[in-house]
Amino acid sequence: MEALELARWQFGITTVYHFIFVPLTLGLSVLVAILQTFYYRTGDIHYKMLTKYFGKLFVIIFTLGIVTGIVQEFQFGMNWSEYSRFVGDIFGIPLAIEALTAFFIESTFLGLWIFGWTRLPKAVHLACIWLVAIASNLSAVWILMANSWMQVPVGYELVGGRAELADFIAILLNERLLVQMPHTILGGFITGGMFVLGLSAWMIIRNQQAEIFLKSAKIALVFTAVASLLTATTGHDQAQETVKTQPMKMAAMEGLWETEQPAGFSLFAIINQQEGTSSREIRLPYMLSVLAHNNVTSEVRGMNDIQAEMEEIHGPGDYLPPVAIVYWSFRIMVGLGVLFIIVAFWGLWLWWKGKLQDHGLFLKTSIVMIFLTFLANTAGWMVAEMGRQPWVVYELLLTADGVSPSVFKNSIWITMIGFTFVYGVLAVAAFYLVWYFGKQGAHEEEEGVETNLHTY
Amino acid sequence: MDLQTFWFILIAVLFIGYFFLEGFDFGVGILMPFVSKDEVDRRVTINTIGPFWDANEVWLITAGGAMFAAFPHWYATLFSGFYLPLFLILLALIVRAVGFEFRSKMKERWWRLTADHFIFWGSVLPAFLWGVAFTNIVIGLPIGEDMNFTGTLPALLNPYALLGGLVSLVMFTLHGAIFLSLRTTDELKARVEKTAKLMWIPVGVILLTFALLGYRQTILFEEFGIIPGTLPMIAIVSFLAVIVFMNINRFGYAFAATGATIVFGSLVVFQGMFPLVMPSSLDPDFHLTIYNASSSDLTLTIMSVLAIIFVPIILAYQGWSYWVFRERVTRDAIPRS
Repeated sequence: MEALELARWQFGITTVYHFIFVPLTLGLSVLVAILQTFYYRTGDIHYKMLTKYFGKLFVIIFTLGIVTGIVQEFQFGMNWSEYSRFVGDIFGIPLAIEALTAFFIESTFLGLWIFGWTRLPKAVHLACIWLVAIASNLSAVWILMANSWMQVPVGYELVGGRAELADFIAILLNERLLVQMPHTILGGFITGGMFVLGLSAWMIIRNQQAEIFLKSAKIALVFTAVASLLTATTGHDQAQETVKTQPMKMAAMEGLWETEQPAGFSLFAIINQQEGTSSREIRLPYMLSVLAHNNVTSEVRGMNDIQAEMEEIHGPGDYLPPVAIVYWSFRIMVGLGVLFIIVAFWGLWLWWKGKLQDHGLFLKTSIVMIFLTFLANTAGWMVAEMGRQPWVVYELLLTADGVSPSVFKNSIWITMIGFTFVYGVLAVAAFYLVWYFGKQGAHEEEEGVETNLHTY
Repeated sequence: MDLQTFWFILIAVLFIGYFFLEGFDFGVGILMPFVSKDEVDRRVTINTIGPFWDANEVWLITAGGAMFAAFPHWYATLFSGFYLPLFLILLALIVRAVGFEFRSKMKERWWRLTADHFIFWGSVLPAFLWGVAFTNIVIGLPIGEDMNFTGTLPALLNPYALLGGLVSLVMFTLHGAIFLSLRTTDELKARVEKTAKLMWIPVGVILLTFALLGYRQTILFEEFGIIPGTLPMIAIVSFLAVIVFMNINRFGYAFAATGATIVFGSLVVFQGMFPLVMPSSLDPDFHLTIYNASSSDLTLTIMSVLAIIFVPIILAYQGWSYWVFRERVTRDAIPRS
């Protein structure tokens, strides 16, 4: 493999790994804050036990999100120096704002929350976890602002081979940001919701503090049901926006080679990128037109047309993303998204019938959902980022032109193996700890007695 | 003052803040195995920085982000040029953070021993490598016409840069020892105080050697002449004050004095660099300066407004968190498991 491919693999591995933990912390931070709010409002000691139980797991996961995030902050400069020079004027702003407005709040107030149970008044201590939750989600907004600009560059002008900032408001209000941000954050809420639901279900199955964990299961169900519905609607918004701004990505998501009017939604196809064909296809007529333009008659453009158009604008070249990966990632994401809605509403219905704690199949299904949320998040991210290829900044800079010329193959081999190995070990350790503390259940608490002054 | 100068100062402030704050928590991580006589001591030591280390590290993240936004070429050249050293720093910071957070989660001896290694090496490596990196920046690197580093890894490991690494390593360790004396009690406190006093002379010798050689090794300090000037004098006087304060048992002041040594020593480096950000050893025409490495004025203006609003707020709540946890950590406060 050449340096470019290695650099891409390394970025892919470290980013996908980072994105395992981040969506979970987006949702879980909010749920821990909600649990503690219930404790604060009702004084019910069960909610305090739940806050500490999920809080402990949150900190384990959050730690991995932080440490893998440090790598993200620096690896643009390390492996993508030409990219960094090209975009720094614009891309650097949200990264710097993220550190100033989110990371400082997260780290300071998480420290205060972990160590502050005895030191802070109850209301102040509660405010600390809310600040952590808000700052975590705020950091997602900033980083998605940076990412949205790579997908749909706005508010710039090209000066001396670099993209310079021309209109900051345009970047703040980038249409892509406005659809991608809620979709991604809500996906994180599903992840957090399913995590709390699944662990609660596990405890109920084991008949371990079942009465307590039924409370967290119910909160998680409502949270997940709302989040899963809204994830679907915002996903639809994002698809419609993508048709306009990145038609090639949409065509690849559908394996659509030729322009069609009206267009059908593909359920299954065998994609052959060399020959430019999709065979053995099963399609729902009209549905792609609905997805793309909300009506049954409109035209959806195919990859061959868009390729020809891009060659006219940017010169000869292959402007197709890896179609099969994008196509199948999209199907996995959407399929799982629908599954999450079904499971959440199944749970609500069982609750209404008063059978939530006795329904073994539902409880077991909930546990499986924990793992599927990660698959859905990764698939969604693959659609967004692989679908952007071969561009690193859409229609402005090719990925191949963004790589660091001074970093050679051997160096990248060393760092890629190093990161992958360390990340692998940490994943095992974190999974083990979550399983170990998950299994232990919640610690008994007494009102007014705080034991863990120092947790390290 | 133009925007580029303002941002050069701000990035200097962020790095110096990082060295001051994470400096002492690196020191605590380095000293942890040596000053603790048992498991409880080790936990006391780690808990002295428990609520703080993560927020201290954000100063580095912010410096990185600010550098990316304000001086993209500096960010790109520096981190692609220092590719492998930076990789080691990142790995060290990863295992260190995990060491802190996961250590007390399990009781098994091997688990805690592994975490101790993570914390120790995760503190030693960055404390050393940041010194190596900044010394290299000051000496000048083989930076070519296209602003990219053209050298090799061994070039970064020249003797003077390694001495620079030793300087930051021992200075952070001393800073950490004095911090520990402020956050511990009884026997542990007595041990760290003794360690700090013992360290002072060797640290001074290393600092002095580095400073004297600096006149010969770097082009950037030529302008200082024989009389070093105000900033280096403050750094030297602060360092002398450290031992005076320790001997009259005023460790709070001694901590301020090691802090001042770090702050003013780093200021000397940044002052010496200005207005260059990465001098090229190949050709003065290839220097990266605050002007040819910077973003557009519009970007710098927006960033300035944000920094002026948020930096004071950050200082306020971070300061408040130190105030909340101002009590010393005692052995009794450590849970038994």
